[in-house]
Amino acid sequence: MTGGKQGSPWRTPMIVFALLLAAQFVLPDYHHTNMTRIMIFAVFAIGYNVAFGYAGLLSLGHAMFFAAGLYGAGMSAQFLGFSMPLAFLFGGLCGLVLALVAGLVALRTSGVSFLIVTLMFSQAAYLTILYFNDFTRGDEGFVLAQEIRQLRFGEMVLPLTDPSLRYNLALGLFVTCYLLGIALLRSPIGRVLVALRENEPRVQMLGYNTFGYKLLALSVSGALSGLSGAAYALLFAYVGATFASTQYSIYPLLWVLLGGAGTALGPLIGTGLMFYLVEFASEITSSYLIVVGVVLVLLVIVFPKGLIGTLSERWRRARS
Amino acid sequence: MSLLRTQGLSRNFGGVQAVREVDFELRAGEIRAVIGPNGAGKTTLVSMISGRIRPSAGRIRFKDADITGLRNWQRARRGIVYTFQITSIFQNLSCHDNVALALQRGHMTGLAGRLYLDAGRLRGQAEAALERVGLAARLDEPAANLPYGHQRLLELAMGLALAPELLIMDEPTQGLSESEVLAFCDLTRAIARETTVLLIEHNMSVVMELAERITVMNDGAILAEGAPAEIAANAEVQHAYLGT
Repeated sequence: MTGGKQGSPWRTPMIVFALLLAAQFVLPDYHHTNMTRIMIFAVFAIGYNVAFGYAGLLSLGHAMFFAAGLYGAGMSAQFLGFSMPLAFLFGGLCGLVLALVAGLVALRTSGVSFLIVTLMFSQAAYLTILYFNDFTRGDEGFVLAQEIRQLRFGEMVLPLTDPSLRYNLALGLFVTCYLLGIALLRSPIGRVLVALRENEPRVQMLGYNTFGYKLLALSVSGALSGLSGAAYALLFAYVGATFASTQYSIYPLLWVLLGGAGTALGPLIGTGLMFYLVEFASEITSSYLIVVGVVLVLLVIVFPKGLIGTLSERWRRARS
Repeated sequence: MSLLRTQGLSRNFGGVQAVREVDFELRAGEIRAVIGPNGAGKTTLVSMISGRIRPSAGRIRFKDADITGLRNWQRARRGIVYTFQITSIFQNLSCHDNVALALQRGHMTGLAGRLYLDAGRLRGQAEAALERVGLAARLDEPAANLPYGHQRLLELAMGLALAPELLIMDEPTQGLSESEVLAFCDLTRAIARETTVLLIEHNMSVVMELAERITVMNDGAILAEGAPAEIAANAEVQHAYLGT
């Protein structure tokens, strides 16, 4: 998605936005809620894609950024009395700061070492959450009080328990982050990040401080992951340590690989596909992970660059 | 006027001394060739100058500032530009994007410059940079599609786009056809009107054709230095390198 472009780059996002906007009126309740979750997790995937897909930073520690947002927003709302918008932004800030600090250390390594260091950071974060069980309620987690989950505009009070409001807030967040991802990729910074993924020493010899660029990518990635976690906590009222476990570091990697690393639309497609794959497989059998695993292997074989990556490549080749 | 000077520059790899206490000086505006047998330390020397590897001992001064402690990207910003021996362009990017990557660095000041660049203006500059090496027609082609000789020219265009004060070329004619070598010599002479050129080269006819001065390295040290005619007549050089 970095080569010569025909037409407006904003056409696909407009279509996606229109489809998601319209979907809420036709989807049955159950899928309506699923779609809300998918859009929130897709923001997590967009964040992961900025680090992995754009800058080539293979991290296995992103659960800590999601959890930073989840706990940052959840605890500040529950215990410090932050309003919903403030708690949401605070969650994003927690993800950003954690990514900045972790990045300063972890980015001194690269490749497999980077993967291990981020995994260890994330594990440390997970254990920290369990250690402060009195505040975090550990694995069990806690549920946000009903009365604080509302948006106030003067006299008007909108409860976040309203599915339609939740859907549209998730949609607004997703579209904003989706456009942000595209804008970043098309900016001068985006060009440096993509080049860095391909050949870092060469980028240095062009006069770029690649450490700074990688730190920037990881920080943006952490902030987006944090916003995703914050939105999850506030919209679904649950905060728990499961979201900080390694599983939630692997998920965004799978979502992005499945949809297409480095593509703008890939994170949403990958997240949605994976979500429903797990849904359907667990209806058929209790050992659903086997089904999920087989399907993932097949998808990687047929679509080596992810669904969006491989399809757009074939489409370009067919046209030329 | 001295553009670059090294003092006692050394580099060890384990127990091997690749470069031993080299005092090397470049005048502004000259074309200098560094020659020597394989393993003489030529690439190690220019790698220390460009900042790709750190010296074990010694200092490097560039335009009257000590740059020994500077990182490679900081040196690139000061005008020391290195073009790679093994072609190191971005294969998956178009020729335009390759050159634009080099060009845009100068424009990326402040937050606004980092987030937005006038794409039309950048495109014009990229086209001009490719024009200099004769690749303007390939602007939108993926770099991977170019034949090898053209990839080397693209690498050079990226170097030129950085507006270098010192352009270091590591074996630029390796793998080029005879006609491409001739075109390269013309191009280098044109480049040298604006910038100092430091060339590592094995092709002696290219060296004799282009260089104003030649530095001969052998076994990690400078064996001789002088005008091409002097070097050709030097008995020690002939013995060590030219093999006659």
